[in-house]
Amino acid sequence: MSQSTHVPHPDLPPPSASTGVIGWLRANLFSSPLNSALTLLGLYLIWLLLPPALNWLLFKADWSGSDRSACHGEGACWVFIKVRLDQFLYGFFPAEERWRIQLSWLLAVVGAAPLFMKRNPLRMPSALFMLFAYPLIAYGLYTGPLFGLPLVETSQWGGLMLTLTIAVVGIAGSLPGGILLALGRRSKMPIIRSVCVVIIEFWRGVPLITVLFMSSVMLPLFLPEGMNFDKLLRALIGVVLFESAYIAEVVRGGLQAIPKGQYEAADALGLNYPKAMGLIILPQALKLVIPGIVNTMIALFKDTSLVIIIGLYDLLNSIQAAAVDPNWLGFATEGYVFAALMYWVFCFSMSRYSQALERRLHTGHKR
Amino acid sequence: MNNPNKGLTPTKPPLWNDPTVRAVVFQVITLLAVIAFGWYLFENTRHNLESRGIASGFGFLDSTAGFGIVQSLIPYGASDTYGYVFWVGLLNTLLVTVLGIALATAIGFTLGIARLSKNWLISRLAMIYVETFRNIPLLLQIFFWYFAVLRNMPAPRDSMSLGDSVFLNIRGLYVPRPIFGEHFSWVVVALGVAIVAALLVRRWAQRRQEATGQPFHTLWAMLGLIVGLPLIVYFLSGQPLSWEVPHLAGFNFRGGWVVIPELAALLTALSIYTAAFIAETVRAGILAVSHGQTEAAGALGLRPGLTLRLIIIPQAMRVIIPPLTSQYLNLAKNSTLAAAIGYPDLVSTFAGTVLNQTGQAIETIAITMSVYLALSLAISTLMNWYNKRMALVER
Repeated sequence: MSQSTHVPHPDLPPPSASTGVIGWLRANLFSSPLNSALTLLGLYLIWLLLPPALNWLLFKADWSGSDRSACHGEGACWVFIKVRLDQFLYGFFPAEERWRIQLSWLLAVVGAAPLFMKRNPLRMPSALFMLFAYPLIAYGLYTGPLFGLPLVETSQWGGLMLTLTIAVVGIAGSLPGGILLALGRRSKMPIIRSVCVVIIEFWRGVPLITVLFMSSVMLPLFLPEGMNFDKLLRALIGVVLFESAYIAEVVRGGLQAIPKGQYEAADALGLNYPKAMGLIILPQALKLVIPGIVNTMIALFKDTSLVIIIGLYDLLNSIQAAAVDPNWLGFATEGYVFAALMYWVFCFSMSRYSQALERRLHTGHKR
Repeated sequence: MNNPNKGLTPTKPPLWNDPTVRAVVFQVITLLAVIAFGWYLFENTRHNLESRGIASGFGFLDSTAGFGIVQSLIPYGASDTYGYVFWVGLLNTLLVTVLGIALATAIGFTLGIARLSKNWLISRLAMIYVETFRNIPLLLQIFFWYFAVLRNMPAPRDSMSLGDSVFLNIRGLYVPRPIFGEHFSWVVVALGVAIVAALLVRRWAQRRQEATGQPFHTLWAMLGLIVGLPLIVYFLSGQPLSWEVPHLAGFNFRGGWVVIPELAALLTALSIYTAAFIAETVRAGILAVSHGQTEAAGALGLRPGLTLRLIIIPQAMRVIIPPLTSQYLNLAKNSTLAAAIGYPDLVSTFAGTVLNQTGQAIETIAITMSVYLALSLAISTLMNWYNKRMALVER
């Protein structure tokens, strides 16, 4: 009697309709009659929008030339952007001084690069440099006299450079302000709490336009006679006050999410208030609200375009001004598309970076 | 009864380390600083106003405005007062806010659900929409729709038309205007009666189902009531509704309702922009309902449609409503960007033209700010109350 071992047949391959491209199509695009209809509708939409858009943007667009005659009108006229690019980037900053802006941007990229990389010995020096030295250097480069360079009035600042300046100053100024306001709102002292609540609710309740109006029309009335602020500085004050209130609410969300036990543990260790907050609560709370803070930053970056209302010459305003130039009438769309792309790149990369940061800082304490 | 601590008096912390004393001192200092700062601003302002010869006060509200407003929901002429201009502006703001909220909600919910669709193409398209429009400044979008699109529309003679009743040209969008006959109020009354009756039918059906377990499909009954009853009354009362269709007369259209290009551009941009945010809110809300809920509903034998309606949506709404309200608030505040393209809203008429004509900066800005402040405070009070009711209580 010989014992034969059972040898199973090899597995049959899965039905061809459920694997490969066909399987994917069936599962994701045509899984039901409704889905098939939706897919066809989507394809129709793409077919309707994409070819004309691509034709206009790329294939039929005019790229080379230096004046209006180079544009044939079938597609976009990128010559317009090319000719005006310097103005869009630097505003009326004198041409021979533009190296100062480029240098400041280069310094920012080089100086901040270690912060964006994985752990390395340069992180701390780089953070200190960006926090303390860089603002001074940038201020010196932009205005001039600090480094013995010729003075450039803030009225000559403009374009992307002004947009970035307002955004960065707004963010840097509103973070500490917002954290203080949030701590104040959570304070057990009734007067401090109510002062903070009033400040936060006031600034959050009014639109940014009225804040800018106020800072340009009313601030001169509030200050003693003879004391006059620069228009840009007034706008910056308005933006910082406005954004602080928003950051405060975001940070408060984080503070509320920290379990009571952490506060009690800090007290039990005998830490005083600044130490308890600085060492125990805030590091955890701020980590929780990074997405919220970055969202506020993105909102602020987009809101910088509102300074057009009080006549500052930011990226959007430089486009507006170029579009009404009699030599280049009728190319507003190209200008808007260019500006949209610039804003989009900055906002989109900020939001992607925040998502990456969130994943990296995720230490498994999420509830 | 031998207390080892007997005879030891508890050491009191020094005065500057006593939390109560410190709290009082801090608060007194804060209060004094706030008062001093307020006083400083007040004194400066008073002095500045005096030296510039600006009389403060709200008397200017009664003087004649003397400028025209391109769109007004209430009859307005150049001889009306500044106080009246305020109401015209406020109504225009409310108009664009209400229309914007309705449109943005419709687009936003559709996109939010599309973003979660199992259909790869649809969810990708929704994602592209959201990522594109929420990363471009609203002001830029308004400029685009206004200067690049609507300012490039054809002249009235070559208007684009839809069925010879809706026309689009550089002067705006012309739509037919309903003219209500004298008996039209009966149709409205019938509609009201029908809605009440439909609600009663639904309540009766629910009670019956709870008592006997027998379902009663209310959909058709309710639809029949709400659509049928007014329709019957409409025909009985002799069709008291006619349409005034816009027609070309000379160089421009006459008759009908006109949506001015400023309103159209603002409304388009506001609803497209806000919809992107609402879509994300809706998506997050639906994702926040755990999958176990869907499975539990399946285990109870609920069909997918019922699962969505009875299980998912009620729970998702709890997550969606607070951020949704703040999106609505943002939309209301963003409607102030009207000032940039000259739509006559509150900011552009009152804090703009009136301020420039009268020079009453403090009064006009204060009034404008308090309108928005009142709106925001009302909504945020409501939200805080809602949050408190919904928050999970810890210890």
